Amino acid sequence: MAEKAGVVSVRTERAPSRLLLPLVVVAFLAAMLAWLGLTQFLNALTLGAVYALIALGYTMVYGIIELINFAHGDVFMVGTFVSMFVSGTLLKEKNGIEDISALVFGLVLVFVITIAVMAVIGALIERFAYRPLRKAPKLAPLITAIGVSFILQNAVQYFFGPLTYNVPQIFPVTWAFMVGETRVPLLNLFVISVAAVLMFVLQLFISRTRTGRAMRTTAMDRDASSLMGVDINRTIMITFLIGSGLAGAAGVIHGLYYGNTNFTIGFASGLKAFTAAVLGGIGNTAGAALGGFLIAFVEVGAVVLGFSRWGGAVVFSLLVIFLVFRPTGLLGSSTGDRA
Amino acid sequence: MSALVKGFASAPIMLKARGVTRRFGGLVAVNSVDFEIPKGMIAAIIGPNGAGKTTFFNVIAGIYAPTEGQIELDGTVLVSPPRGEGRESSVLVAMIAPFALIALWSLIIVGGDAGFYPGVAAVVGAMLAFIAGLLLNIIRPAWYARIVRSIGIYRPARPNDMVEAGLARTFQNIRLYKSLTVLENILVGMHVHLRAGFGGAIFQGRAVREEEAAAEREARELLRFVGLGGLENELAKSLPYGNQRLLEIARALAGRPKLLLLDEPAAGMNPKETAEMTALIRRIRDERGVTILLIEHDMRVVMDISDRITVLDHGEKIAEGLPAEIRANPKVIEAYLGRGAAAGH
Amino acid sequence: MSRLTSRLPAPLARLAARLTTHFTSHRSQGIFFAIVALGILLPILSRVPPFGALQSINAWTNAFTIAVIYSILAIGLNVVIGFAGLLDLGYAAFFALGGYTYALVASPFLNIHLPFWPVLIIGAIIGAIFGVLLGAPTLRLRGDYLAIVTLGFGEIVPITLLNADKFTAGTIGIGGIDKPNIPGLYNFDLTNPWPFYILVLAMLAIVVIVVYRLEDSKIGRAWEAIREDELAAESSGINTTISKLQAFAVGAAIAGFIGVFNAAKLTIVAPDMFGFVVSVSTLSAVVLGGMGNVVGVGIGAFVIYLIQSVFLKQLSILFTQLSIPILKDIDFLQFQYVLYGAALVIMMLRRPQGIFPARRRHRTFTDATGNSK
Ligand SMILES: Nc1ncnc2c1ncn2[C@@H]1O[C@H](COP(=O)(O)OP(=O)(O)O)[C@@H](O)[C@H]1O
Ligand SMILES: [Mg+2]
Repeated sequence: MAEKAGVVSVRTERAPSRLLLPLVVVAFLAAMLAWLGLTQFLNALTLGAVYALIALGYTMVYGIIELINFAHGDVFMVGTFVSMFVSGTLLKEKNGIEDISALVFGLVLVFVITIAVMAVIGALIERFAYRPLRKAPKLAPLITAIGVSFILQNAVQYFFGPLTYNVPQIFPVTWAFMVGETRVPLLNLFVISVAAVLMFVLQLFISRTRTGRAMRTTAMDRDASSLMGVDINRTIMITFLIGSGLAGAAGVIHGLYYGNTNFTIGFASGLKAFTAAVLGGIGNTAGAALGGFLIAFVEVGAVVLGFSRWGGAVVFSLLVIFLVFRPTGLLGSSTGDRA
Repeated sequence: MSALVKGFASAPIMLKARGVTRRFGGLVAVNSVDFEIPKGMIAAIIGPNGAGKTTFFNVIAGIYAPTEGQIELDGTVLVSPPRGEGRESSVLVAMIAPFALIALWSLIIVGGDAGFYPGVAAVVGAMLAFIAGLLLNIIRPAWYARIVRSIGIYRPARPNDMVEAGLARTFQNIRLYKSLTVLENILVGMHVHLRAGFGGAIFQGRAVREEEAAAEREARELLRFVGLGGLENELAKSLPYGNQRLLEIARALAGRPKLLLLDEPAAGMNPKETAEMTALIRRIRDERGVTILLIEHDMRVVMDISDRITVLDHGEKIAEGLPAEIRANPKVIEAYLGRGAAAGH
Repeated sequence: MSRLTSRLPAPLARLAARLTTHFTSHRSQGIFFAIVALGILLPILSRVPPFGALQSINAWTNAFTIAVIYSILAIGLNVVIGFAGLLDLGYAAFFALGGYTYALVASPFLNIHLPFWPVLIIGAIIGAIFGVLLGAPTLRLRGDYLAIVTLGFGEIVPITLLNADKFTAGTIGIGGIDKPNIPGLYNFDLTNPWPFYILVLAMLAIVVIVVYRLEDSKIGRAWEAIREDELAAESSGINTTISKLQAFAVGAAIAGFIGVFNAAKLTIVAPDMFGFVVSVSTLSAVVLGGMGNVVGVGIGAFVIYLIQSVFLKQLSILFTQLSIPILKDIDFLQFQYVLYGAALVIMMLRRPQGIFPARRRHRTFTDATGNSK
């Protein structure tokens, strides 16, 4: 198709150079740390980890089948409920397990079960709601995705009610150390490192494994990679497995850090995470992670400036502005469709 | 430059391409092609698959901006590479910036109740400036295009602009409005010649009704011309393949073009259909005075109707001339055989 | 139609045939009479058992009025989705903008009291302006970005209405909104639902006629061409960006228009009346009714509203009263939302054309002298 882009029309690849990007990121982080102070800074990083993990699912799915998976935010929301169920009901845990081995066991179990359950749910959604529509007009899977999102949201509401639930914070929130005058909870560091490890493993997976390569070639040209022997159905399903699993991990983190959940949280988080994906350059996994943290800093910044109630509006404006001025995102390159 | 053909030597030029290049990343799909067609000619472009023929069409039709070169239709340069795109964002930023600065200043620095109302007003102002800038950018009235051109911003004609300038085309893989009727497909093709706007459509004044009736008459006449009379109310997707090709041509003719681009009009047709198509193309030129440029693989068609043939290979023009000359040209034979043998033809 | 008429006695059949021909060429009259007939028929139907037993005739009339509001909303959204093929997921926002426009200029809140009728038009214009506001940045991008931006917009508008309490009274919403009146003739009054009922039917007639006429014009054909094949549409000379903006503006204008009436009818607007649920239920109506089919989506919305607000409610009350185990514990109203979602998914998978697929209008050629052949 013709070049469709923002005002700027099409820009050919102009990804920041390898050296520049880390420098900019470090400078940005330093500036934010100086401005927000350590507590809010860690807060933003944690929130960013949640958004980044959700944004990865959006960007991977969009990259491979060009579908905005509206249900993805709600997959995250269901993830928070699953993690609540695992830690609260299954393990009967209360807040704060002080015993190290019990804590490790509990954490591993919560993460593994939630990620697995969400991965399966995501793959089922793909199999039964999206796959039959792969050749249908573009509107059809989008509408289906909205339908799935609505089903997930209201099924949870139907079973759990509209209440906000407490999620056991099994990682003790009291564990902390002091940096100067500021208290640094270990929870923040734990959560941020879990997210970082997951994202690192994902990058390795995509760049090093056969399946990862299949995902990349399928994203570039589905027909060609099918001709080259890539099993398209399997590749797309794995994409959903991974994306939804990461959303599950985000759900666990959300529960650990905020200690509560509600059937509506998927909507707003999903919207912000999608914005993050667009910001980073949709289809680009590193970009999605970057965008997730950026959005979190914008939101926390808005809180610090006293616009907490307007956080959503600010993020949304950012989305529109990015779509106009740089529709390919920070790290994205333009893709020319064919006439 | 180009070999002019007898009878067209004095005819004015309908289409002129100068040094047209189009790159996709590292791939050079069309490489500095010079090309022109006199009015009233049937010209053909041939070349192996992937030679860049369709891409060249897309550049002419305004779908792909050329990387270099320019396209002139009936004496007017309509397409050349876009310039100053980055600056266009700056224009928008310049429109928003004052409002945005006032908003930030009143809401954050002044703050409190004193800054509230001016702040809100400035936010609204910024939004309006943003939208005004975008709309100018999208609608691009002539005065706006002229102003921004003076600061070096140029955007080539879009496909719809080319249609207004007198160009029409068909596609290599048929692109009809599948779930509209045959008649509606033609009426859409007449888009640029219908004047009725919102008011006209809603209030259905006499002028509008007459315009619609006239359009419908013309559409039916066109359908008879291509041999689809009586099929007006069929859905486009229910037509057999050959008729879909005819419908696409009729839709293109509905724009009353001066120049018609046909991308492989006889592809996938049986010999009888091909003969009919050849006759139709000739009638379009003879009876309607439309200049025709076509891409075709079927050599019988090409040799039969073309006044002149241009050969592309690897994006470059390797030969040009009368059908007989092209048939005998060793470079052409090599391009076809070399590639053809490799592709298993 | 012909199957129906063939069973009638000859004179009646001839009359039916003549009426059919007449209303095919004078469609606006046909729409008008159909809506008049519907307006008379519905209240009569609501007296027939079992409907009559469910609620009083005034309650039914109110329910019909609101149901028609949602029909009009669906017909507006159908312009965007069904005609132009653009997914608008924040449609309720335009509905809200119309409602708040009227609430601000015709209520004790700012103590301004503008008359209802001109504000109907203003509401439509404000809707259209915001439609363009939202469309301009996004409509030139790939289509699915529009979906996410409208989704965000649909979320931001209620949040803004909630938070900008200086202008909107926040959560409580703006109450005591003026009712319409016809100066010197009649003042609308809340105890009498009939004038509202007649007014909303008149608005329905206007909207349906306008939408049909647009569909059959150069503008509507351009929308459908874009929906079918955007690149081909551009190559037919259509400026697709402008055409999409027009579709977006028309859809938003219809939502703003009916939003004004909605505010006047309910006499209150509050942010939570315009949430995502409204957008999704309207979308469900469009999908169920058959994208692109004006009558179909109207019926879809009408039926969906009646099911959710009358039948499910009555069902819950009924089961509670009869204290039937299990069933009495199910809150059917909660359940409806899952049903919307399921409806969207199942329709897309099994019957994407909807219950009433859009049909192309066959044209019988009428030349300038009015002879058809
Ligand atoms: N949108 C595009 N993006 C990238 N490459 C393209 C695009 N369109 C065409 N090409 C490439 O340009 C070359 C010429 O293609 P095309 O013009 O379709 O050839 P032809 O019509 O002569 O068969 C091919 O190698 C094709 O892959
Ligand atoms: Mg080609």
